[in-house]
Amino acid sequence: MEDQQISQEDNQSMMDKLSALWRVIAIPLAAVLLALVIGAILLAVSGANPFRAYAALVEGSFGSMKAFGRTLAKATPLIFSGLAVAFAFKAGLFNIGAQGQLLFGALASAAAGFMITGLPPFLHATLALLIGATAGALFAAIPGALKAYTGAHEVITTIMLNYVAINMTDYFADGPFKDRTEGNIVARTPEILDSARIPSIGEIPVGFLLAVLAAIIVWWLLWRTTLGFEIRTVGLSPHAAKYAGMKVAATVILTMVISGVLAGIGGAIETQGIVYRYQPGFNAGLGFDGITIALLGKTHPIGIIPAAILIGAMKAGASTMQFNAGVAKEITDVIQALMLFFVTADIIIRKLIRSKAESGETVTLSGWGQQ
Amino acid sequence: MTEENLALEIRNVTKRFPGVLANDNVSFSLRKGEIHALLGENGAGKSTLMNVVYGLYAQDEGEFFIDNKLVEINGPSDAINYGIGMVHQHFMLVPVFSVTENMILGSEVTKGTSLDLNRARKEILKISEAYGLEVDPDAIVEDLPVGVQQRVEILKALYRKANILVLDEPTAVLTPQEAEDLFVVMRQLTEQGVSIIFITHKLKEILNVADRVTVMRRGKVVGHTSPKETDQQGLATMMVGRDVLLEVEKSPAKPEDVVLEVEHLKITDERDVEVVKDISFEVRAGEILGIAGIQGNGQTELVEAMTGLRDATSGKVYLSGETIPFENPRYLVEHGVGHVPEDRHKHGLVLPYDLADNMVLNTYYQKPYAGQMLVRDEQAVLKNALGLIERFDVRAPGPDVAASTLSGGNQQKVIVGREFSRPLKVLIANQPTRGLDVGSIEYIHKEIVKMRDEGIGVVVISAELDEILSLSDRIAIMFRGEIVTIVEAKGTTREQLGLWMAGATPEAVV
Repeated sequence: MEDQQISQEDNQSMMDKLSALWRVIAIPLAAVLLALVIGAILLAVSGANPFRAYAALVEGSFGSMKAFGRTLAKATPLIFSGLAVAFAFKAGLFNIGAQGQLLFGALASAAAGFMITGLPPFLHATLALLIGATAGALFAAIPGALKAYTGAHEVITTIMLNYVAINMTDYFADGPFKDRTEGNIVARTPEILDSARIPSIGEIPVGFLLAVLAAIIVWWLLWRTTLGFEIRTVGLSPHAAKYAGMKVAATVILTMVISGVLAGIGGAIETQGIVYRYQPGFNAGLGFDGITIALLGKTHPIGIIPAAILIGAMKAGASTMQFNAGVAKEITDVIQALMLFFVTADIIIRKLIRSKAESGETVTLSGWGQQ
Repeated sequence: MTEENLALEIRNVTKRFPGVLANDNVSFSLRKGEIHALLGENGAGKSTLMNVVYGLYAQDEGEFFIDNKLVEINGPSDAINYGIGMVHQHFMLVPVFSVTENMILGSEVTKGTSLDLNRARKEILKISEAYGLEVDPDAIVEDLPVGVQQRVEILKALYRKANILVLDEPTAVLTPQEAEDLFVVMRQLTEQGVSIIFITHKLKEILNVADRVTVMRRGKVVGHTSPKETDQQGLATMMVGRDVLLEVEKSPAKPEDVVLEVEHLKITDERDVEVVKDISFEVRAGEILGIAGIQGNGQTELVEAMTGLRDATSGKVYLSGETIPFENPRYLVEHGVGHVPEDRHKHGLVLPYDLADNMVLNTYYQKPYAGQMLVRDEQAVLKNALGLIERFDVRAPGPDVAASTLSGGNQQKVIVGREFSRPLKVLIANQPTRGLDVGSIEYIHKEIVKMRDEGIGVVVISAELDEILSLSDRIAIMFRGEIVTIVEAKGTTREQLGLWMAGATPEAVV
C-alpha cells in the first residue's frame, strides 16, 4: 500500500518533469515544423516538389552513415558557437561577436598547426586547440572589459569587432601566414601538419564528441558551481548580485572570456577537423548561426545539441537536395531564417497552437538596456 | 436591498484560477456617493474582484448591477462605458507626455486629422476645477511628484466620465502628507456624487476616510462594518481571523557596547548633489535605533553606504571599532552585518530563482553550500531552505518554487530568514514592512525585537511614523541629508516626529 503510494508519487513527479520539458520544447519544435511547412509552400510555389526536396534533404543528411557523419561534422562548430552565445546570454550578455571570436580561433589554431613542428600528434592537436581557444578568449575579453568598465553595450561593440576580426584574419591569411607554395594565388594559410589534425572515429568526428562534452561541461558549470550561480545572478539581476557581494564587472568579463573560449574552440575544430588550414570564407556565418541555434535550443546547453544537429543536417543535405530535386540550396537558408523568426516571435506560435505553456524563463534580449 | 440607491452591486461572484479559488461567492454593494473600503490581507482576493468588475478577468459565476440594472462587463471598455474608472497601484501614464496628452490617450480629441490639444486642455481644466483637483495640464508627468501623478490618474478616469472609482491601494506609494491630500480629494469627489471603492490593508486610513467597510479573507467576504462600529483592533481581527498585536511588545532595551558607529559621513549622489551631509551617530548592541524621515531625505543613500552598496565622499563607518570598507558587501556579510534592503525586488531577491537559491544569495560560496572546486552542494542549500521555511513560517508550496510566485509578506520572510539566521552583530532593516499586511508586519516586528534582545545592534529605517515609534528605543530624524535630532522613543509623540520630519528645528518642537 505504502509502496504503491510512493511509486505513484514518483510517477507524478515524472509526469511533472515531462510536462515541464514539453513546455520548454513545444515552442522550438513548433517553430521548426512551421518553418518547414512554409518552406514547402515556397518550394511548391516555385514549381518544385516539396516532398522530393525534403526527401533528398533527409537522404543527404541522415541517409547513410557517411551522410550522418557529414551532418555531425557540420553541427560541431555550430554547437560551439551556439554554446558561446547561450553562455553569455546567461549573464545577460548578447554576444553577437561569436563570429569574430571563431575566426580568430580558426586562424590561431591553423598557425599553430603549420608553424609548430616536431610534436607528437595528440599533443600537437591539443596545443593547437588550446591556442585557438585562447585567441577566441582574448578577442572576447575586449567587449567584456568595455562593457564592465565603460558600460559600452556589447551588442554594438561585438558587431563592430566582427569586422575587425574578418579583416584582420583576411590580412594574416594573405600576408604573414600566407601559403607561399608555388602556384598558389589564393589567400590562405599552408596546410596544418598531420599531427595537428583532429581525426574521426569511423564516420563520427572526434570534434563532435568534444562538442557534446563541452555542452555537458557548460551545463555543469552554470548549474552546479558557484561561478555559474554568480553568472546567472548577474544575468537575472545585477543589483541583487551586487547586494550579494558578487563582483559584477569581473563576472561580466569572465563570462565573455569563457564565451570566447567556446567560440574559439569551434573555429579551431573546424580548422583541425575539416578544412586543415585557414582560408577566408570557409567559416562564414558559423558564429552567426550560433545565435539561431542558441535561441532554438532555448539557450540551454543540452538543447543546443539537437538544434545544431538540425541546422547541421540542413547544411549537409543541401547539396543532395540541389542535385536530386533540382532545388536551389539557398532554400535551406530561408527555412533556417524562418525558424529563427518563429522561435523569437513565439507569440505567433502560442496563438497558433494555443499553448498554455507558461512563459517561464522567456528568451528575450535582456542584454538590451542594461547598465 | 433593491430599494437602496446603489451605484454598483456585485452578486455571488466566483473566480477560479488553476488551483486557487480567488473569489468564492463574493457579494458587495456600493452606495451612491460613499467611500466603501475593501479590506483584506495580501492575496485575500480584493484586487481579483476589482479586476473582474473592471472586465480584466471574466468571472466564472456571478452578476453585476449598475444603477440597479443587470449589466454584462466583457472588457475594460464596457466597464468604462458604465462609468467605472480604475486607478491601479502602478500608474499607467506615459512619463514623457504632458498631463493633457496622458489624459486624452486612447480617446484623442481631434480637429480634422490633427490633435486638438487646446480643446482637451480646456476640458481638463473644467473637470479639475469642478472636482477640486488641482493639476497643471501642461506639466510633464515625470516631473510631477507621485501624489500629483496619482491625481492625474484620477482625473483621467473622471475625464472618461467615471462616477464609480476604484482605487487599488492608492496610499502604498504616497508619503503620509500626500495620503492626507488624497483623502481630502476623495471626500470632495463623493460630495460631487462619485462613489469610491477604496482597496487597502491600512487600518488607520479606513477609520479616517471610509463610510463602510467590507472585509475579505481567503477569497470570501467575512464581514461588513463601519468606522463607527469598530476600531483598529477590531478591523485587524476581522481581516486576519485572529487577534493581532498592533503594538510591538517589548521590554526596555539593555544597551551594551557600541557596535556600529557612523562618523562625519558625507555622500554625493549620481547627480553630484550632496545628499548626506556630515552625519554621525552610534548604535549599541541590544538597542534599536530608528531612523525616521520622509522619503528622499538621504536615508536610502545613508543605508547604501552602510551596507556596502555605495561609496561615501568622506567619513567613516566603524563596526565594533574596526573601519569598514565601502562598496564591499561581502566584507559586511562575513563580519556579521545583516541587511534587509529597501527594495526587495531589486536588491533582496532574484525573483526567478527558487527560494532555496534566494536563501543563500549572499552565502552561496561558504561552507556547507559550496565545497571544493566551487562545486555547489545542492543538498545543503535545500536543507537550509527547509529549515528557514519552517522557522520563519514562509507560506510556500516548497523550497523549489520561484520567489516571484510568493506574496510580498512571504518574500520578505525569505529575506528576513536569510539575514536573521546568520551570526550577526548589526542588523540594518530598511522599510522592513513596506507593502505588507498586518499579520506579516506583526511577525517581522517580533523577529526584529527578538534580534535586539539577543544582543544585536539594530537600525530600522522607516517612513511609517507608527513603525518608528513602536519599534525604536531611540529615534534619529533625518531631514535634507542631516540628522535633525536623536531622541528617546519613550515620550516622543507622533506630532513631534512629524514636525521634525518636516524640517522644524529641535528647539522649536516641544
